[in-house]
Amino acid sequence: MSQLKNFTKGFIKENPVFVLLLGLCPALGVTTSAFNGLGMGLATTFVLVSSNVVVSLIKSQIPDKVRIPSFIVIIASFVTIVQLVMEAFLPDLFASLGLFIPLIVVNCLVLGRAEAFASKKNLVSSLVDGLGMGLGFAFALTLLGAVRELLGSGAIFGYPFIQGDGMLVFVLAPGAFIGLGYLIALTNLIKKNE
Amino acid sequence: MVLTLLVITVVASFTLASVYNVTKEPIAAAREAARQNAITMVVPEFDRLESRMFLPLTGRDSLEFNFAYKDDELVGVAVGTYTDQGFSGRIRAMVGFYPDGRIVDVVHLQHAETPGLGDKIEKSKSDWSDQFRDFDPATQVLRVTKDGGNVDAITAATITSRAYCDGIQRAYETFIANVKTPEGGAE
Repeated sequence: MSQLKNFTKGFIKENPVFVLLLGLCPALGVTTSAFNGLGMGLATTFVLVSSNVVVSLIKSQIPDKVRIPSFIVIIASFVTIVQLVMEAFLPDLFASLGLFIPLIVVNCLVLGRAEAFASKKNLVSSLVDGLGMGLGFAFALTLLGAVRELLGSGAIFGYPFIQGDGMLVFVLAPGAFIGLGYLIALTNLIKKNE
Repeated sequence: MVLTLLVITVVASFTLASVYNVTKEPIAAAREAARQNAITMVVPEFDRLESRMFLPLTGRDSLEFNFAYKDDELVGVAVGTYTDQGFSGRIRAMVGFYPDGRIVDVVHLQHAETPGLGDKIEKSKSDWSDQFRDFDPATQVLRVTKDGGNVDAITAATITSRAYCDGIQRAYETFIANVKTPEGGAE
């Protein structure tokens, strides 16, 4: 598989949210606005790339029996780094996302890529895979966030363009499921027509 | 096997410890800046601050009282208050009082209310909290109009509005019990 294909597969073909249906907890939880979705997506991308690289580097040293605890320790370390750095240098983003950052640890997408890809492939492939999957995740979260913000609050990236309130259901949890359902349907349509 | 795990966890601990050391001061600075900023927003101009903690009449956690002085005269008190009656989790807010007990202004510090509904308590999202300016809890009632008070609730976010009033009321009661004296009332 060429590296370009490896990179772009995360956006549509193997999009973690719309196709693999991994990491739905943050995808449903934080996507009340496009900005939150983007922030969460980029934080996850960083963790995914870092953990993929480290796992790929030390994969031959880790005995099979303890690979899952090892992966979790590596992932949790990077998540904590993201949390500390974000609180120190991006306090505004941390104020809206801080609650969800620790949840990246249990995002099955990160562990899934470490287990299914990085622990078997070489360094460059793992890095590209992490980057592609992470950006695909960020893309999906931003898209879902934008749809919900657009319909729910009548704004995009925090800039309102209608007066008054939007369809409140899209701000609340059910709107996340409805929006996600339609986006998955759309992705299937695109994949079918390819 | 055990050795591998040990090495991984030790390396992880050292990495985290060093990151923590690097970010410790910026985090403290960011928190302090947010606090100072909130205090400046809710009390009149001051040149000296004194902080003390008081236990509220209701609720378990103590409130931080920031006494603001200008030329050694008390011009206002910024109270860091909280409520647990919010729609999702604790809401923290900074309430500023004149020495006579009137409210200067209220600004939220932290909340997890529903975006688009309850987050209208933020000054950047809506001018809803402006109605607390010059609010006098001695003559007006810190409750939403639906409950017989003088505060207009946020549309579709009555729970959040009630909680915010509860937090301000907690600050006011504690303020009256600990700070306001007949002399203070006379200004």
